[in-house]
Amino acid sequence: MYVAVKGGEKAIDNAHRLLGSERRGARDVPEITIAQITEQLKLGVARVMAEGSLYDPEIAALAIKQARGDLIEAIFLTRAYRTTLPRFGYSLPLETNDMAIERRISATYKDLPGGQILGATFDYTHRLIDFDLAGENAPAAPHENRQGLEPAPHVTGLLDDEGLIEQNAAPSDTPPRDLTREPISYPAGRDLRLQNLARGDEGFLLSLAYSSQRGYGSSHPFVGEIRIGEVEVAFFAEELGFAITLGRVQLTECEMVNQFKGSSKEPPQFTRGYGLVFGQSERKAMSMALVDRALRAEELGQDVVAPAQDQEFVLSHSDNVQATGFVEHLKLPHYVDFQAELGLVRQMRREYAATHSDVTLKEAAE
Amino acid sequence: MTLISATLGHAAPYNFAYLDEQTKRMIRRAILKAIAIPGYQVPFASREMPMPYGWGTGGVQVTAAIIGPSDVLKVIDQGSDDTTNAVSIRKFFEKTAGVAVTTSTSAASIIQTRHRIPEETLKSGQVLVYQVPIPEPLRFLEPRETETRKMHALSEYGLMHVKLYEDIARHGHIAKTYAYPTMVGGRYLMDPSPTPKFDNPKMHRSAALQLFGAGREKRIYAVPPHTEVVSLDFDDHPFEVNKFDKPCALCAAEGVYLDEVILDDRGGRMFVCSDTDHCETRRADGHRGELLGSPIEQKEATHVA
Repeated sequence: MYVAVKGGEKAIDNAHRLLGSERRGARDVPEITIAQITEQLKLGVARVMAEGSLYDPEIAALAIKQARGDLIEAIFLTRAYRTTLPRFGYSLPLETNDMAIERRISATYKDLPGGQILGATFDYTHRLIDFDLAGENAPAAPHENRQGLEPAPHVTGLLDDEGLIEQNAAPSDTPPRDLTREPISYPAGRDLRLQNLARGDEGFLLSLAYSSQRGYGSSHPFVGEIRIGEVEVAFFAEELGFAITLGRVQLTECEMVNQFKGSSKEPPQFTRGYGLVFGQSERKAMSMALVDRALRAEELGQDVVAPAQDQEFVLSHSDNVQATGFVEHLKLPHYVDFQAELGLVRQMRREYAATHSDVTLKEAAE
Repeated sequence: MTLISATLGHAAPYNFAYLDEQTKRMIRRAILKAIAIPGYQVPFASREMPMPYGWGTGGVQVTAAIIGPSDVLKVIDQGSDDTTNAVSIRKFFEKTAGVAVTTSTSAASIIQTRHRIPEETLKSGQVLVYQVPIPEPLRFLEPRETETRKMHALSEYGLMHVKLYEDIARHGHIAKTYAYPTMVGGRYLMDPSPTPKFDNPKMHRSAALQLFGAGREKRIYAVPPHTEVVSLDFDDHPFEVNKFDKPCALCAAEGVYLDEVILDDRGGRMFVCSDTDHCETRRADGHRGELLGSPIEQKEATHVA
């Protein structure tokens, strides 16, 4: 006989206990440490910090450990933690011109002030599994640059001198909007759009960027510059009356330069797409820059014809914590609604059979 | 050394009912506005909660904003207090607010629900908090928020009437069995959340306050007590609730919403109350359904005795 399902609470407790055990895995394998994650899985940590909107490598690493390597789950943990943190205010705008450069490349010039710095990159590695890495591994020490780097001004600044690229809007005194503190409404300004993209899912932005390259809202981008390195974060303390440095964050910045034939609103010129992400993540920064430029279609007088240009479509579906929650909520019981649909489908099949005597339908629920 | 070592080993110092007071105040303002404009979707700065979007974050935020130490909380999902997510949300408030919890509909001051309204008529002073996935009743007809907000502003609901009409033209009746569109206070078209349309009449002029929270979509809306909630229909195709052929197999209740339970792989099925509290209360009162002994025989036996 059917007995109403009881004991959900105990089942949940037991499931969580099993989860804890599975997370640890075989006990004879040493437990992974937070330091191992922050040092050796740095790019995963960077992604969790970027999409979790919280620059804290240790929290990100702990979240990755707790999430058993599921980065979206780790991003979710980081976000839920972040939302409980007190807010003191906004930092001063970062000065990426003063970045301590670890990598800096431009695709638009062969050489330029500050030079092309390859840095630690997968580019040009042959993607062959390195079986030596399976064991203990002592890589050769990197070469050191004893001279130091010369200043590297932004490439777009060089173009700006010639008036070939659109002027950035003058800095505004109004504080930037914050989509974590107020609901977004459309059309959203570029500050909110960039915030949304910076938190957005790397995979989603990558595919949107790709679609814009393949002709869905075609853009003709050049990588003006990608730079990676640490930047100081300064905060203006009212009590002191001057700005103090809080620390440094590692950032990836991408400035796309897009060909633009002009419109009724704007003369022919190069236009900008901007990407800025915590940690080292060129894929995300480049995708963000491409999507940012695509989303500027309307303000530049272009027709909005493709998904990547449609801000309501892009901004409302970019957040992977929201997306995964709603997709996965289908796991929750829906039997009450399903029952209502069962009743309707059965009724409609009866009506169908009555008017189609040549078709015999098996009567369900009998 | 760091934040982690400072945090490790200490229970996080969360506020009563988890949310900080500033956030609660912001949510309460949204709730008050929602009550003042019945059926209107008020945007609010939904927070990232420690449970997934789509799993009741809107309802949880509404409950967290209104709950006080003397409240008695009931949480149901699919009408049942024992479904996993209902258990999880109830535990969340037991842990963060330390409030009394109950499975009894009449004993609860706040009932958070997903997909059902209790069978027992709610009283004045009770609050029913709905978890809402998609608050916009027009969303599946018009995906753009910019458009649907305009349509609400202008009371331009022709699109919904056309959809219902097309259902009738194509299928002979309105093919909408849950999340059936309602008109609130004669002004706003409202999604009753994915409750079966069976429950729609219970919303109409209910003595309880009904609050709706959509966390992912960042909207709150409300039906104040005694407000008109009318399910859309046509004169020649009046609104009808879902019907069941048999009473509950356990408590013999009629005129309640039933779940179909599959008993074996040979087509064996039974129908039982979806509202588990209602069913248990009836059984405690001596009602017996088909599976617990024939109710007729029992009645006769009582009569003879």
